[in-house]
Amino acid sequence: MIDIQDVTYKIAGQPILQDVSLQLDKGGIIALIGPNGAGKSTLLSLVARLLPLQTGTIRVDDLQIGQTVDTVLAKKLGILPQELTVASRLTIRDLVGFGRYPYHKGRPSADDHDRVDTALHLFDLSDLAERQLETLSGGQRQRAFVAMAYVQDTDYLLLDEPLNNLDIAASRALMTLLRDLTAGRKRTVVIVLHDINYAAAYADRIIALKAGRVVADGAPDAVVTAALLRDVFETPANVTTVARRQVVLV
Amino acid sequence: MRVRFILLTIALSLCCAAYLSIGARGDWGFVLSFRAQKLAALLLVGFSLSWATVVFQTITGNRILTPSIMGFDALYLLLLSALVWSIGAQAYQALSAQVLMTASAALLCGAALILFKTVLRAGRGNLMQMILTGVVLSVLFRSLTAYFQRVIDPNEYAVVQAASFARFSNVDTSLLLLAAVLSLGAGLAVWRIRHRLDVTSLGPVLSASLGEPPRRVQWQVLILISVLVSISTALVGPVAFFGLLVTSLTYLVTPSCRHSEILPTAALIAGIILVGGQTLMERVLDLSTPLSVVVEFIGGLIFLFLLLRSLR
Ligand SMILES: Nc1ncnc2c1ncn2[C@@H]1O[C@H](COP(=O)(O)OP(=O)(O)O)[C@@H](O)[C@H]1O
Ligand SMILES: [Mg+2]
Repeated sequence: MIDIQDVTYKIAGQPILQDVSLQLDKGGIIALIGPNGAGKSTLLSLVARLLPLQTGTIRVDDLQIGQTVDTVLAKKLGILPQELTVASRLTIRDLVGFGRYPYHKGRPSADDHDRVDTALHLFDLSDLAERQLETLSGGQRQRAFVAMAYVQDTDYLLLDEPLNNLDIAASRALMTLLRDLTAGRKRTVVIVLHDINYAAAYADRIIALKAGRVVADGAPDAVVTAALLRDVFETPANVTTVARRQVVLV
Repeated sequence: MRVRFILLTIALSLCCAAYLSIGARGDWGFVLSFRAQKLAALLLVGFSLSWATVVFQTITGNRILTPSIMGFDALYLLLLSALVWSIGAQAYQALSAQVLMTASAALLCGAALILFKTVLRAGRGNLMQMILTGVVLSVLFRSLTAYFQRVIDPNEYAVVQAASFARFSNVDTSLLLLAAVLSLGAGLAVWRIRHRLDVTSLGPVLSASLGEPPRRVQWQVLILISVLVSISTALVGPVAFFGLLVTSLTYLVTPSCRHSEILPTAALIAGIILVGGQTLMERVLDLSTPLSVVVEFIGGLIFLFLLLRSLR
C-alpha cells in the first residue's frame, strides 16, 4: 500500500499540494486525473522521492520515503516521468536494459537479458531494438521508456502521462498490458491520464485533483460524471453510458 | 568495438615509437631515456584531461562544457599562486614542487566541491548560464592569479609563471612519478564507478528512479576531476579546449554510450593527438608553432561549432 499522509508541498510560498491524504491499496490500476497544473506530477514526484517532502509522510509498504536507501526503493517503485529528454545515441535495447540496473549494478546476467528480450517483445519493440532513440518517433520512444520501467519489475509503477504521443493502437495495447500486469493483484500501477475515457475504461479507481487537493475519489462510474467535468475541468461536457461504461462526449 | 580499439592502440603505439626515434642522434641511451620521460608525461596529461572531461560531461549532462571551460585549471593556478605567496620565500625554498602540487591539488578539491557544486546545481539544464558562469569564473581566477603574481617575490615568481602557460614541448618531468601515482589512482576510482556513470548519463530523474541519485556520484566525480586537472595543469599548464577536442572525436568514433568503452577510447585519442601532434610539429615539420596553439585552435573551433548548433 502507498500511504500518503497530510502531504503539503509549496514552491516559493505557493501551495502546489494541500493536505493530500490517500491510501492506494496494492493491486490494480489507479488513475490520477485533473486539469493542467493540478499537482499530479508533483504528487508522483514526491512518492518517487524525486522531490524532497516538506510536510506529511509517505510510506510504500513498510518503507518510508526519505528514510529508505535509494537502491532498496529502486526495486520497489519505478517511475516514468512526464518530460523525458535522454540526449544520447542509446539504442532501445540499451535503454530498456537500464531498467535492470537496480538488480545487476552494471553486470547483467543471462536472466536480465532474457527479461529485456521479453519486454521488447511485449511492447512490440523487438524490430526496433538496435535503433538509436533519437531516430525514433515520439510514440516509439515513449513505448521504450515504459518498457524500461516495466523491466524494473517493481511492485509499484508510477506513470506520468504515458499515453502522450501514442496512437490509439499503442495506447490501447499499453493499457491492456497494464491491466494484465495488475490483474493478479500483485502489481500496482498509478497512472496520470489526460483522456478521461481511458481512465474510465481501464482504471479500477480514479482520483481527481484540482488546485492541489483531492476533489473526487472512487470507482470510475462514480467519479466520471457531468458534474465532475463541470466542477473540476470547468467544461460542460456530457457523459453517457455505452456498454455499461461511462463515456465523455467530446 | 574490438577492431576500433585495436586500431587506436596500434596508432598510438606508432606515434610513441615515432616520438622516441625520429631525429634521435648521438647517445641513444641518453636520448631515449630523456624522451621517454617526456612521452610518459604527455600520455599522463592526455589520460588525465580526457577522463576528467568525459566524466565532467557526464555529470553535467552536456557535451560542450569541460572542466577547463568552467575554470578548473585557472582555479588550480590561482591556488598555486596564493599558496606560494602566503608561505613566503623562506618556506618556499624548503618545499619541493611535489609538495606544492599536492597541496594545490588538495585545495582544488575543496574549492571545486564548494564552488562548482553550487554552480552545477543552479545551472543544470541551462547551458548558456553555465558557460557564462564558467567564463566569468575563469576571468576572475586569472585576474586574481595575475594579482598574486605581481605581489609575489620575484624569486618565487618563476615557478608560478612557468605553470601559467600551456607547453607540450617543455614538460615538467620532475613531477612525473607523483603525477603518475595520483592520476592512476584517480583513474582507477573513475573506472570503478563506470557503471554508475552510465546510469547518471540518463539524467537526474531516471538515474534517481534507478536508485543512483546524481548528487551522490557528483561530489565523488568533482574530487576526481580536481585531481586529474591538477596533474595535467602542473605538468603542461592550462589548456582550454584540448579536452573538448578529445571528447568530440571520441563520441564521433564510438557509437557506444558505455563508459567502459568511452573512457579507454578517449584516453587513446588524447594520446594520439598529443604524442602524434608533438612528433609532427617538432620532429617532422620542424615548426616553431607550439602544438598547444594548434590544439587550442581546432578545439576552439569545435567549441564554437557545438555552441552554435545547440543554439539552433
Ligand atoms: N519548479 C516549479 N516552480 C514553480 N512552480 C512550479 C514548479 N513545478 C511545478 N509548478 C507549479 O505547480 C503546479 C502543479 O504542477 P504539476 O504537478 O506539474 O501539475 P500537473 O502534472 O497536474 O499538470 C503548477 O501550477 C505549476 O505551475
Ligand atoms: Mg504533469
